Amino acid sequence: MSGSRERILARVRAALADVPRDERPGDVDVPRDYAREHGQGELIPVLTDRLLDYRALVHRVTAAELPGAIAAALARRGAARVVVPPGLPDAWLGEAGPVAVPDRPLDVAELDAVDGVLTGCAVAIAETGTIVLDAGPDQGRRAITLVPDYHLCVVPAERVVASVPQALPRLDPRRPLTWISGPSATSDIELNRVEGVHGPRTLEVVIVAG
Amino acid sequence: MSATFVGMPAFPAAARAATGDAQLRHNLRKATHTIRDRRRAVVEELDDWPRLRAAGRAVKDRVLRHLDHYLERLEEAVTAAGGRVHWAADAAEANAIVTGLVRATGEREVVKVKSMATQEIELNEALAAAGITAYETDLAELIVQLGDDRPSHILVPAIHRNRAEIREIFRRTMSEWGVPAPDDLTDDPAALAEAARRHLREKFLSAKVAVSGANFAVAETGSLVVLESEGNGRMCLTLPRTLISVVGIEKIVPTWADLEVFLQLLPRSSTGERMNPYTSVWSGVIPGDGPQEFHLVLLDNGRSATLADTVGRQALRCIRCSACLNICPVYERAGGHAYGSVYPGPIGAILTPQLRGTTTELDASLPYASSLCGACYEVCPVAIDIPEVLVHLRERVASGGGHTAERAAMAAAGWVLNDDRRLGLAQRAAGRMRGLVPRRLPGPGAAWTDTRDVPAIPAESFRDWWATRERGGGPDARGPADGRGRTEGGR
Amino acid sequence: MRIALFITCVNDTLFPRTGQAVVRLLERLGHEVVFPAAQTCCGQMHYNTGYRREAQRLAVRFVRTFADCDVVLAPSGSCAGMVRDNYPRLADPGSRLHEAVSALAPRVVDLSELLVDVLEVTDVGAYFPHRVTYHPTCHGLRLLRLGDRPQRLLREVRGLELVELAGAEECCGFGGTFAVKNAAVSAAMAADKARHAADTGAEVLCAVDNSCLMHIGGTLDRQRAGVRVLHLAEILASTEEEPASL
Ligand code: SF4
Repeated sequence: MSGSRERILARVRAALADVPRDERPGDVDVPRDYAREHGQGELIPVLTDRLLDYRALVHRVTAAELPGAIAAALARRGAARVVVPPGLPDAWLGEAGPVAVPDRPLDVAELDAVDGVLTGCAVAIAETGTIVLDAGPDQGRRAITLVPDYHLCVVPAERVVASVPQALPRLDPRRPLTWISGPSATSDIELNRVEGVHGPRTLEVVIVAG
Repeated sequence: MSATFVGMPAFPAAARAATGDAQLRHNLRKATHTIRDRRRAVVEELDDWPRLRAAGRAVKDRVLRHLDHYLERLEEAVTAAGGRVHWAADAAEANAIVTGLVRATGEREVVKVKSMATQEIELNEALAAAGITAYETDLAELIVQLGDDRPSHILVPAIHRNRAEIREIFRRTMSEWGVPAPDDLTDDPAALAEAARRHLREKFLSAKVAVSGANFAVAETGSLVVLESEGNGRMCLTLPRTLISVVGIEKIVPTWADLEVFLQLLPRSSTGERMNPYTSVWSGVIPGDGPQEFHLVLLDNGRSATLADTVGRQALRCIRCSACLNICPVYERAGGHAYGSVYPGPIGAILTPQLRGTTTELDASLPYASSLCGACYEVCPVAIDIPEVLVHLRERVASGGGHTAERAAMAAAGWVLNDDRRLGLAQRAAGRMRGLVPRRLPGPGAAWTDTRDVPAIPAESFRDWWATRERGGGPDARGPADGRGRTEGGR
Repeated sequence: MRIALFITCVNDTLFPRTGQAVVRLLERLGHEVVFPAAQTCCGQMHYNTGYRREAQRLAVRFVRTFADCDVVLAPSGSCAGMVRDNYPRLADPGSRLHEAVSALAPRVVDLSELLVDVLEVTDVGAYFPHRVTYHPTCHGLRLLRLGDRPQRLLREVRGLELVELAGAEECCGFGGTFAVKNAAVSAAMAADKARHAADTGAEVLCAVDNSCLMHIGGTLDRQRAGVRVLHLAEILASTEEEPASL
């Protein structure tokens, strides 16, 4: 197998005979005059607009209102048992309400049997309506936000940035990242967008500001 | 997918058949026009699009000009993150590597995320020959696989199928592969998506091995990136124990920060969304999260040969967005199958002849499958000058064997046109024959006159008219009308 | 102003009326037209079909013929595009040809560029009392980036009603040898273009390139669609005293 490694590298080097020997990768100029953000408006309204466009459910609450909003969302959904990541802030789920199922970890069948999942997020991107999970303590490993059919996600305002270029420096790609822009969807039938395939078919977002 | 492209006719013949298929024409027209409009709307939303495009092009050029360097960096980073890197010089070697890796797990089934690279090497067929079943999990791939069909688009492989046809395929064949379609399945896209969900769910939840491709591989960090919509990608990349990713050597970007360009360019160009529903990023093996065994298979399969051509090289910048297919008037009418490769449309017309060579009649016909209208270049998010490469490849084909008659005709035309007196004589000769040109031409000329009238040849060329006028001759210095009158305006 | 006319081989041989219209129009506007007799063809067909050497020879001839001209008018979008966009690729960087091409290419213009940008006129005093739709040819649109120059000229023509063409930016399917090599697809594209043209209810479809017009017009005629095709020059040359014949 190492034979092919050397062979491919040799073929690549031979193919690049036209590149001056002393040229370094950094010598190939990359113009970086594109925008760091696009000034599309205030972050929270833009984020909300984009999420709604993807047919996510969106609420905006204050920190004090958060536990109530979570309880109300879960009640509306009829979600009695929701899986939670190990570092979910205690205050998010009040005393009463649904049963929080901790990820011990759960196996796939157990994940398939719960009514939903409740997490925070690492970053949210307003311009594109994207929520990024990085498996942080309030988000957990990737499977718990994938198998359940309902994802309730809390987005603190201070984690919202305007644009993709602003999001990347906040993320560490050595962690597993999941970028979520709305519920799962497909455009494979006549290029019409249909929400709800294999990932959670319902995405509900609670933005916490003030 | 058991159907392959082997033994396909050359592009013009396959395309002629497709233009006669009214259902296909309708499906393609509807789909491509829908996505064109969506793309345009979200691209116009970003006022810095030309600058993003220039940056995307430059980042890819940086990688291609130093590909050996970046391949070594990527290998280092993936290995450091707990993955294993394999190198495959061609399709056979890649298939052997993947088959060996699956065998080593003891499993006989794999789930697959849509990947152009594994289609290109016909991995599913190779696995089947080794007694391993590959389940396609992308909805469009599933439609193709269940329908024993061939992909006709790089993003939406079943773009040639409409909802009624998809319903038929699901009802007929789902039971052969696993969970059957419900008896009361309608052709509502939501119902069809639901049927796919139920069909595949048990596969996802029990799969031990997954095979994927990747949209990007970050050399700096060893991270792989997969963009998708349905969540089938997340399922495959997260739940199985073993993950094998087959990735073309040109898919590298240098740094994590470089993705800020491509994560803007790709979704908007591709599905016409501000962002695709799901993007997964992983580096090697993450303890306690996702597959605990990760293999990266780096695939050459003609790419280094493509790299050697300084004009054709730019085709390797391609990020497989499919915008060029969706805008292409030829693709819209010929359909994807006519291109005889998993890469149809404008990008296929320049990539396939470079990856496979131009020795077959089909591959040699691909550079001509374009009117050079330039729409593909205009929408390409990494500014691949597809017309330039098409013309370059035509030169390669024309200077090879065959094309004897054309070469002779071109040489003759060149001889006449390279001298104004010879051209003048030829025009006068044609002018004398003008009455003799029939409405329908025989031989190769029939290709024109089957559907179009020929212009009438005027009695006098502009050149002769001008000369007469300069000499002060003729009462009507504006000269005679050209023969347009004969065909009532036809030119 | 003294304007050198590069008539193009197709116009020269098949559509002399376009060239005559150009001469009439420019002389009416008070300019002098010269026609260097050594000119032949820009080499576009050879280049696009993969015959680079033949194209190169024609490029050399073109440059030699027009090197001393201040401005060269090519009343064909694709030929002007060939010179401006592809000649630089035909010549090796640093070669004498490359140098000559780089100097000359920017001075080669299409009719709408000549009028709007060089002569700075949009009202050329034309009269053409007909319903007209405009097809922006691919090379005019994407190589020369003519934008709305032709429409601005047409809008100033007295009596002319300009109507929008659906799917205007889509190629008509000509593409030189493409029209013969891939005749079925080419014809399907032309049929759609012809249908859109007929749907406008226009009497005339106008463009800046007779090759495309030959293709669309040939299709319209075969379909007996009742829409005529005319080069922009012929509409702009038309006056009340000397109307363009339909
Ligand atoms: S060639 Fe350009 S437009 Fe076509 S698929 Fe590749 S990146 Fe997209």
